Amino acid sequence: MANEAYVRFVDVQKTYDGESLVVRKLNLEVARSEFLTLLGPSGSGKTTALMMLAGFETVTEGQIILDGRPINNVPPHKRDIGVVFQNYALFPHMTVAENLAFPLEMRKIPRAEIETRVKRALDMVQLAEFGQRRPAQLSGGQQQRVAVARALVFEPKLVLMDEPLGALDRQLREQMQYEVKHIHDRLGVTVVYVTHDQSEALTMSDRVAVMHQGRIQQIATPQELYERPDNAFVAKFIGENNRLFGTVRAVDGQSCTVAVDGGEVQALAVNVAGVGSASSLSLRPERVLINPPPGSCANIFDAAVEELIYHGDHTRTRVRTCGCDDFIIKVPNATGRLQLAAGERIRIGWQIEDCRALDMP
Amino acid sequence: MAAPAVGSGGAALTGRSLQRQLQRSNRLRRLQAAALVAPLLLYLLLFFLWPIAGMLWRSIDNPELRQVMPQTASLIQGWEGQDLPDEAVLASFAAELRQSYQDKTLAVAAKRLAYESPGFRSLMFAAARALPETPEGSWRATLTGLDPKWGEPLTWAIIQRAAAPWTPIYLLAAIDHRLDANGGIVAAPADQAIYLGIFLRTFWIALVVTVLCLLLGYPVAYQLAALPPRQSNLLLILVLLPFWTSLLVRTAAWVVLLQREGVINDLLIKLGLIGEPLQLVYNRFGVYVAMTHILLPFMILPLYSVMRGLPPHYMRAAASLGAGPVRAFWRVYLPQTVPGIGAGCLLVFILAIGYYITPALIGGANDQMVSYFVAFFTNQTINWGMASALGAVLLLATLLLFALYARLVGIDRLKLG
Repeated sequence: MANEAYVRFVDVQKTYDGESLVVRKLNLEVARSEFLTLLGPSGSGKTTALMMLAGFETVTEGQIILDGRPINNVPPHKRDIGVVFQNYALFPHMTVAENLAFPLEMRKIPRAEIETRVKRALDMVQLAEFGQRRPAQLSGGQQQRVAVARALVFEPKLVLMDEPLGALDRQLREQMQYEVKHIHDRLGVTVVYVTHDQSEALTMSDRVAVMHQGRIQQIATPQELYERPDNAFVAKFIGENNRLFGTVRAVDGQSCTVAVDGGEVQALAVNVAGVGSASSLSLRPERVLINPPPGSCANIFDAAVEELIYHGDHTRTRVRTCGCDDFIIKVPNATGRLQLAAGERIRIGWQIEDCRALDMP
Repeated sequence: MAAPAVGSGGAALTGRSLQRQLQRSNRLRRLQAAALVAPLLLYLLLFFLWPIAGMLWRSIDNPELRQVMPQTASLIQGWEGQDLPDEAVLASFAAELRQSYQDKTLAVAAKRLAYESPGFRSLMFAAARALPETPEGSWRATLTGLDPKWGEPLTWAIIQRAAAPWTPIYLLAAIDHRLDANGGIVAAPADQAIYLGIFLRTFWIALVVTVLCLLLGYPVAYQLAALPPRQSNLLLILVLLPFWTSLLVRTAAWVVLLQREGVINDLLIKLGLIGEPLQLVYNRFGVYVAMTHILLPFMILPLYSVMRGLPPHYMRAAASLGAGPVRAFWRVYLPQTVPGIGAGCLLVFILAIGYYITPALIGGANDQMVSYFVAFFTNQTINWGMASALGAVLLLATLLLFALYARLVGIDRLKLG
C-alpha cells in the first residue's frame, strides 16, 4: 500500500514562529488518481500543508515524497504540480490564451503544439471563444474555469486546489463542483483539494482528511466520515449532529451505556476512555424516530416539541429531551406524515448503531 | 373618452414636474461641485495657465519698435519693399528717431534691431546724433548722406520686420534658425547655433538620470513592497527624508562630498585606491550623481504604490506553472509594474529637464541645461523674448514626449500613487 502512494507526508511539521506548530506530525498518503480533500476550519493547517506540497512554504521537519522522490528541496517551479489558487491568480496583463500558453512556453514546447493544447484546454472548460479576452472581462465562474484549465494544460500528474470555489456564489459553486469532479474523472489526475466547506468535500472527494489544530482528525471516504465519525470534532464538523453529554456507566464490547440527564443511553463505544469518563454522544437528526413502537428501539425518551421550522423537503423539529433543548429531528415532508405542533409531548427513539459515544470535544 | 385624456394629461404634468425637480436637484449638486473646485481652478488660471500663456505670447511678441516709433511702425507696413520707403515714412522716421533720442528710449529700439543685425545699434545712434531738424532737400538724401546704409532697401526691410506686431525670430533662434535678408528661414551660423545642442544635452541628462533612478529605485521599491507594513513604513520615511531638507542644501552637500578635498576623494586616497584626487564635481558626473539622488524618491514612490498593490499569488502561480524566479519576474512581475515605471519615469524626466540650480552649482560650462539659459536671458541680458522662446520649445518638446508616452503606455495606465 505504501509503495503505491503517489504523495506521502512523513511526520511533517511546520512552524512559522518557532513556538507554535501550524502542522503537527502530519502523515498522509494520497494514491495515484485519487481526489483527496483536506477539510477543516480556518487555521487548521490545511492550506499550509497544501502550500508545503506546492513548494511555497518550507517544511520545518519531516519529509514530503512525490512519486517516490523526496521533494523538500525541489523549488516549486521544478515540481510539475498544477495549482489552482483561491483567487485564481490569472495574469491580468495576458489574455486567456496567453495565460494558458504560459506553462507550455516555460516548458519550451513548440509553438504549433502550444496552440493545439491551448485550444484543447479551452474546449475542455467550454471557453473556446474566450481565448482573446483578458481575465478581467470574464465572470467569476469563467475565470475559475480558466484557472483550472491553466493548472491542467501542461498535464501535471498532481493538481492542488486551494479553496478554488470560495469566491463563487452558491449555485455556481455547486455547478463547478461537478465540473471539476468530471474533469478529474476524465483525466485521472491526482487532486489534493483544500476547503472549509464540508458539503463541497463530501460531494467531490474520494477521501476526506478532516484537519483541526494541525492534525488529521480522521481520514476516510465521505460516507464513512458522515456515518462513522471517530471523534467529537469530526462528528460536529461534518453534517448536522445532535450532542448529548454524559458519563460512561458500562462498556460491553462494542456498545456502552452512558448516563445522561434524564436516563441512560445505549450507544456504540467508538471513542470512550472507559467507565466513569465523560463522553459526548453523537446522533444524526435524520436517524431519530418519532413515536417509535415500544420495544423497537434500544433508546426511547420523552420529548417536548419546542419549534417547527419548515424547510421545503423536510421540517426541522426542535425538541427538548435529556436536558438538551436544541435537539433537532429532521422529519421528511412525505405524504401521510405526522402533524406536530409546538408544545406537544412526544416520544423519540433511536437505534444503538445510530448513536456514537465519542470523546469530549 | 374624457377619463383617459385626463389621465394622460395628469401623467404628462407629473412627468414634466418630475423632470423639473430632477433638474433643480442636479443643478444644486453641480453648483456645489463647482463651488468646491472654483478656488483651485481660479488659482490655476491666475498663477499657472495665465503665466504660461503670457510666456508663449512673449516668445512671439514684438513690442519695442511699435512703442518707441509708433507712427513709423504703422506707416512702414505699407511699404512694398521696392526701392526705399516714401518720403512720408522717412520723415516720420527722422522725427521719431530724434524724439526717442531725446527721450532716451532709442536704446530699446536699437537693441531690438541689433537682434536682427548687430550693426544697427551704432547706425541708429550715429543717425540720431547727426540728424538735422529739417531735411537738406529730401529726407532720403539727408539720411543717405549720413550713412550709405540708409540707402539700402535691406536696412528698411529689417526695420519693417522689427515693427511688425509679432516676430518668429526668438522661436527660430531657439531652434538654431534665423531669417535671412529676404525673410526666408535659414540655419543660424555655426558659432550661434548652440540651442539645439543644449536641448539635446538637457534631454540626454534627464534621460540618464531617469534610467539611473529606475535602476536604483526599482529594487528598493520591490524590497519596500515585500516587507511587512511596519518595517516598510519606517524605511519609506528614510526614502522621503531628503524632502525635508532644501534642494539647495542637498546640492551644496554634494559639492562638499565630491570636491577635490572632499570626503569621497579623501577616503579613496586613504584606502590607496587612487593616488590623485578625482575630478568628481563641476562636471557631468557630479550632475548625474546629485540629480539622481534628489529625484530618486519621485521614482520610488509610484513604483512602491504599484508594487504594494500586486498580490504575491501571481508570482506563486508563475512558479507553479514552471517559471523560475528570473522568468517569473520578467514575464509576470515586471509587466504588471509598467504603470508604476511609466509614472516614475515621466515624473523624474519632466522634473529633470527643468533642473537649474543643481547643474548650475555642480556642473561645468558644458553641463548647463535649458533652464540655465532661460535664467540667463531673463536676468542677465533682459531678452525676455528669447527666454520665453526657449521655455516654449521646452514645453512643446515635453508635451510631445508626453503624447508619445500616452501612445506607447496609455495614459489611463499611469499610476502616480
